[in-house]
Amino acid sequence: MNKTYLYRLDWLVILCYLSLVLFGALNIYSSTFDNNLNKVFVLESLTGKHIIIFIVSLVFGSFILFIRTQFFQQLSYLIYFISLLLLIGLFFFGETINSAKSWYIIKGFSIQPSEIAKIGTAFAISRYLSDFNTDIKEFRSLFKGLILIFIPSILIILQPDPGSAIIFGSFFLIFFREGLSFKYLIFSFLGLILFVSTLIIPIKYIIILTTILSLFIFYFFNRYNKKTKVFPFFMFLMFSSAFILSVNFIFNSVFEQRHRDRFNIILGLVEDSKGLGYNINQSKIAIGSGGLTGKGFLQGTQTKGNFVPEQQTDYIFTTVAEEWGFIGSSFLILIFVILIIRMVNRAEKQKNIFRRNFIYGICCLIFSHFTINIGMSLGLLPTVGIPLPFVSSGGSTLLSFSLLIFIYLNFDSNRLSDW
Amino acid sequence: MMKRYYIQVITILIAVIFIIRLVSLQILNSEYKYMSENNAVLESPVYPERGFIYDRNGEILVANQIAYDLMVIPENTNKFDTLELSELINIPIKDFKLNFSKAIKFSNKIPSIILSEISKKEHAYIQEKLWKYEGFYLQKKSIRKYYHDIGANFLGYISEVNDSDIDRDNYYQTGELIGRQGIEKYYENILRGEKGKSFFQKDRFNRIIGSYQKGRFDVAPKTASNISLTIDLDLQKYGESLFKNKRGGIVAIEPSTGEILALVTAPSYDPNILLGRKRSINYNELANDTISKPLFDRGLQAQYSPGSPFKVLNALIGLQEEVININDVYTCNKGHFYAKGAFMECHNKVGTKNNLISAIHQSCNTYFAKTYKKLINSKKTVSEGLDNWTSHLNSFGLGSYLGYDLSIGQKGFIPNSNYYDKYYQKGGWKASTIISNSIGQGEILTTPIQMANFTSAIANRGFYITPHFLKSSDKINTKKFEKKITSIDPIHFEPVIEGMEKVVDYGTARIAKIKNIKVCGKTGTVENFIKLNGKKTQLTDHSMFIAFAPKEDPKIALAVFVENGYWGSRWAAPIASLMIEKYLNNKIERKWLENRILKGSLEFEYVKPLSGKLFKINE
Repeated sequence: MNKTYLYRLDWLVILCYLSLVLFGALNIYSSTFDNNLNKVFVLESLTGKHIIIFIVSLVFGSFILFIRTQFFQQLSYLIYFISLLLLIGLFFFGETINSAKSWYIIKGFSIQPSEIAKIGTAFAISRYLSDFNTDIKEFRSLFKGLILIFIPSILIILQPDPGSAIIFGSFFLIFFREGLSFKYLIFSFLGLILFVSTLIIPIKYIIILTTILSLFIFYFFNRYNKKTKVFPFFMFLMFSSAFILSVNFIFNSVFEQRHRDRFNIILGLVEDSKGLGYNINQSKIAIGSGGLTGKGFLQGTQTKGNFVPEQQTDYIFTTVAEEWGFIGSSFLILIFVILIIRMVNRAEKQKNIFRRNFIYGICCLIFSHFTINIGMSLGLLPTVGIPLPFVSSGGSTLLSFSLLIFIYLNFDSNRLSDW
Repeated sequence: MMKRYYIQVITILIAVIFIIRLVSLQILNSEYKYMSENNAVLESPVYPERGFIYDRNGEILVANQIAYDLMVIPENTNKFDTLELSELINIPIKDFKLNFSKAIKFSNKIPSIILSEISKKEHAYIQEKLWKYEGFYLQKKSIRKYYHDIGANFLGYISEVNDSDIDRDNYYQTGELIGRQGIEKYYENILRGEKGKSFFQKDRFNRIIGSYQKGRFDVAPKTASNISLTIDLDLQKYGESLFKNKRGGIVAIEPSTGEILALVTAPSYDPNILLGRKRSINYNELANDTISKPLFDRGLQAQYSPGSPFKVLNALIGLQEEVININDVYTCNKGHFYAKGAFMECHNKVGTKNNLISAIHQSCNTYFAKTYKKLINSKKTVSEGLDNWTSHLNSFGLGSYLGYDLSIGQKGFIPNSNYYDKYYQKGGWKASTIISNSIGQGEILTTPIQMANFTSAIANRGFYITPHFLKSSDKINTKKFEKKITSIDPIHFEPVIEGMEKVVDYGTARIAKIKNIKVCGKTGTVENFIKLNGKKTQLTDHSMFIAFAPKEDPKIALAVFVENGYWGSRWAAPIASLMIEKYLNNKIERKWLENRILKGSLEFEYVKPLSGKLFKINE
């Protein structure tokens, strides 16, 4: 490694990465701290594991930095297929943990193939979108792209691990960089609003509301442009109504009660702070009791009392918020924001479309984990078991995100030299 | 633009939503902080050990002992044999099932008491077998231990606070103990100390997993103070033994200090029966005994006509007001006509000539009736005369609560002109109307402690110190008890005291004589009446005696009264005499007298009015 290479590395991202991992280690230590055991630190602990995985990542990462970037581009589909095979293999050789067959356990090491599939899918999508023949504005291309996302998603849903599957949806965001109309994004967003409204408001009102809204919009369009046709609005209305009815049907007939419960609690339709809403309620208490400056490292009473389940993994943010307060948790959010903004900015400097898309893919993954995990802890989103990248305890996730960061560093530092 | 930066825009948007949410949860809302403390921090009181109570010589009267409560956390129990367990703890299975279902109803997770105050002995046995019953455990607790079967009336007891106690004083919380009666109540704040606080970290199963923040917020309890009483254990014990099978009481005071040496009320009870599980049964039994009234402190609460001992006060007032002279002689003819056609009897023979001193030791009614008449008529009006007399008596503490350090008592009654004006209408009464006051009958009411107190004032030749029970305490400076000077000049006391000495030497109470101790006293035989089936019925007289000794340097002053004991020297004088001998000599030489008193019983008197038959009195 020569001096210029070191100089070219994106040290801001490295700084963000290191601070997240170390902050994660501190909070895992606190979450798993047991008053009654006076051991200061042991490698067998979850904190120890976090640090070991971090060191392992550094070792692998250093190798990654020296791999030629074309190599990744060429092997993209291969990696994708291998990861799909690993997902399929789970149905035969997987271990069931928490009622999902999501793990391989080989000589004491547990590996979660869905983490590998995230990397594999990111490669495949980036490769596909950078292909000369792909024009995302065409329906055929869009459809093929979606298929690439759906295959691993469905395999993961079947495990069943619907939480992880949702993450794959975030790859959809890359398509817009390649020219997919933002209408889709807007329609998706409207669809989400309709979906939530359907659960809150009785059906007839929501249909009446939608109708009035469409008429209103049509009226304005018509004022500025007399040629506006009625048909698209009519179609929109019909589609919305169908959507509403199907959501209602799916929610009430296809969803299982536990899924419905999660939505109901978030939407405030069911009040149950001891049973179903226990996690969210305890999580809110832990976060809220942190105040401005927090209770201090190892001083979180909610954390010590283990009131929040899975606190070292999915609910790690509650430890941060309780012990480091508003200042600490805002700081954590800020680091994620800096990380994503920085990487997108650097991606835009790439001349190579594959690499740019891949960095976008990394950003999408970090973004979706960040949003869902913290949103869930804050009680804004339904309970979904998604870890917070770099911070949560969990070897496979930390390793895969670390590797993604190193691939980014490779792509970024070689953006001029390595075509 | 949008094409390149949409991910950044969405990210910032999401981050802003998160920050807003954090502001609302962490900064604007303080409810969560409270909820978290409720949730994860247990505040638990730390009690200092309740102070011990000693007698004046450092003998321990009351301390603490360990008892155990059998607790249950219903959630933690497995299936168990209810019959076997109820047999183990020795309560009926019905009661056990009831308590257990109450516990479940109260809370599944919070411990409830199944059986309280298991003694140390039972505890060892139960403990050994309790491992079989998951969810049950024994919890230590501190209860009182009484070393002697005495003084239940003034020691009082402690019990759990009730809702009104909590309302009155927010120091207390449900389940805590408070002094209920007597010394325990009056000196509650000294004896209990000040409880502290400990904070514990709980986990989500409500289990304590350690101290909260290494005890940074804990408040250490303030230790309680031990106190010493003015009571003399031996004297108290002796007094109570003398009153076996009798009703009445003794109040003994050290005149120079106002310290109460003994406060006997009979019948009484063993303070230990108000401990432990049988407490409420025993208490109800005591409270429901309306015939012998064991909870009624006769020494402080019983109001009697004082009888003849009151004559010495009238003598003092007479001397002070100069209506009599030591050498004045009045003739008594088995009594005298105090008004036209109104004769007051006296037990002196016809033709007896009494001066002040002989009138006292012969307890001559005639002498004091004449003195009293002069006294009332010494001022311009009878009202003034009477009120002057009343104010002299008030200076001896009569007609008031005295201010001793127990919260029960009675004021007694000393009539004034207002009272008679109301009763007879203004001008409708004169000295002869109220002549009974001269010999301590009539409207006057006194409590035994008031009588002991005025005896003490006589012994002091003109002052008394507010009688009290607290001798000293570890921590708090004992407040000085007030010295009160009577309205009688000291020189007038000598002839009266001489008269009282003669009472014992060759007067009405020769039985109270003690070798080498000059005892001064005055007997009383008090007529008394009750309402029986709606009719005023006279019962056998109360036997009364006041005394102090030694004459020159009084160490003890006391009032003894024995309900329905007939004449004063029959019961009260010997009891007082034995008390004095016991206190001053610490041993009794007159075994025959002691035996007579110890064995003597008045139960036959007490059943008379209950028998429903006609009965004779003063046999």
